[in-house]
Amino acid sequence: MPDLLKTPLFDLHVELGAKMVPFAGYEMPVQYPLGVMKEHLHTRARAGLFDVSHMGQVIVRGADDNGAGAFEALVPQSIKGLPEGRQRYAFFTDENGGILDDLMVANRGDHLFVVVNAACKADDIAHMKARLPGCEVEELTDRALLALQGPEAATVMADIVPAVSDMRFMDVIIADSVFGELWVSRSGYTGEDGFEVSVAAGQAMNLAHVLLAYDEVEPIGLGARDSLRLEGGLCLYGNDIDTGTSPIEAALEWAIQKVRRRGGEREGGFPGADRILAELENGAERRRVGLSPEGRAPMRAGTELYETNEGGTPVGAVTSGGFGPSVGAPVAMGYVPARLSGTGTRLYGEVRGKRLPVTVAQLPFVAANFKR
Amino acid sequence: MKYTEEHEWLREEDGVIVVGITEHASEQLGDVVFVELPEVGAEVTKDDEICVIESVKAASDILAPLDGEIVEVNEAIVEDPGKVNEDPLGDAWFFKIKPSDLSPMDDYMDEAAYKDFIG
Repeated sequence: MPDLLKTPLFDLHVELGAKMVPFAGYEMPVQYPLGVMKEHLHTRARAGLFDVSHMGQVIVRGADDNGAGAFEALVPQSIKGLPEGRQRYAFFTDENGGILDDLMVANRGDHLFVVVNAACKADDIAHMKARLPGCEVEELTDRALLALQGPEAATVMADIVPAVSDMRFMDVIIADSVFGELWVSRSGYTGEDGFEVSVAAGQAMNLAHVLLAYDEVEPIGLGARDSLRLEGGLCLYGNDIDTGTSPIEAALEWAIQKVRRRGGEREGGFPGADRILAELENGAERRRVGLSPEGRAPMRAGTELYETNEGGTPVGAVTSGGFGPSVGAPVAMGYVPARLSGTGTRLYGEVRGKRLPVTVAQLPFVAANFKR
Repeated sequence: MKYTEEHEWLREEDGVIVVGITEHASEQLGDVVFVELPEVGAEVTKDDEICVIESVKAASDILAPLDGEIVEVNEAIVEDPGKVNEDPLGDAWFFKIKPSDLSPMDDYMDEAAYKDFIG
């Protein structure tokens, strides 16, 4: 794999016996010797350590402020209303109301700290540089990003940074440690309590070794990361959301604050606002829903969905699907027409030429375990 | 015991061939979460896709190694697909086939040849 990038933890993955695969231009661990199923269950029971250093870490600074006002021109979220020390889920939209990427934005006083998807980061940074007049947009290439997720993450993390005990879900802090300055947020991509920790690249190995020395902690690869986020009902950019899906189709209206909606103080003013605000009021023609296949056969991304067990044309498709280790059954999500999006609606997914029953289900499949 | 290039093992028992997947195959697949087996009594032709095996990662097929009739299938691995990872060479056999002609067995690899094959 000659052209792939390596994260600062590459040697650790190899040392731990990970199976490495290309992912978003990086050589990343898909699983360790424990295997996807046990890695998944371990994260839900104790704590899992993930290398997410492939994601983009960006600092945005405005000329006179932290850039929040300018940033609101790119996202339908309230960034000006985000208090210092807090983080928020956001998405860049395009003129058609599609989603360019989803991201996390933190208010760190005199600047914003933004974390974007690896596969989109070059485009996202170009987008911010072009569309944030007067702002400084700086990609940080000298920091690694680790995630520690699971019900025992807090006790482990508090050993290293005692201040994390006082953090609530979506709080962010900057803390001194023996690994230098750590940027810690209480957040993640598993539906579990946990932390995302930005650390200087040169200290990442040390921090990872110390975390892995705890009995509570196992290293977790991309395979379990995917099944954990799927059970958590969380979107994967490129699968469940993209420029062809609007935030309302994607059932992400919870992430659009009132102040940016119709009648709000800072209504609209982001790309695609006409469509997105109209859909907020009138609904979208199709919706992202959870899907529970009835049998044991997983329904993977691309599985076409039908209204009846024979004939007809597809009414939708699965965008993410697989086996949910904590659910103990296959789980999926996908898009269906609004009239078929009610929980309990029975549809059929075509798997290897056979129509198999599948029921529209509430998301998430596994209740979130956040410290609110 | 004989081996196919599709990573199946074949064991002859009184004129019936028991078929499973190799340890190498089960490791490559990762955790198996779903198995679909052929029907008992089905007449199959060599290279027909007669079983589906899905792991946490992907779906793959198991091909009929010989022409013949399926005489028994292992429902235990349908109920508990994880057995395929725990004991692929023993309890987690897939099906038994009564071949119409045993001679193609000679074309399959023996253990030494299979070990070379998987490197």
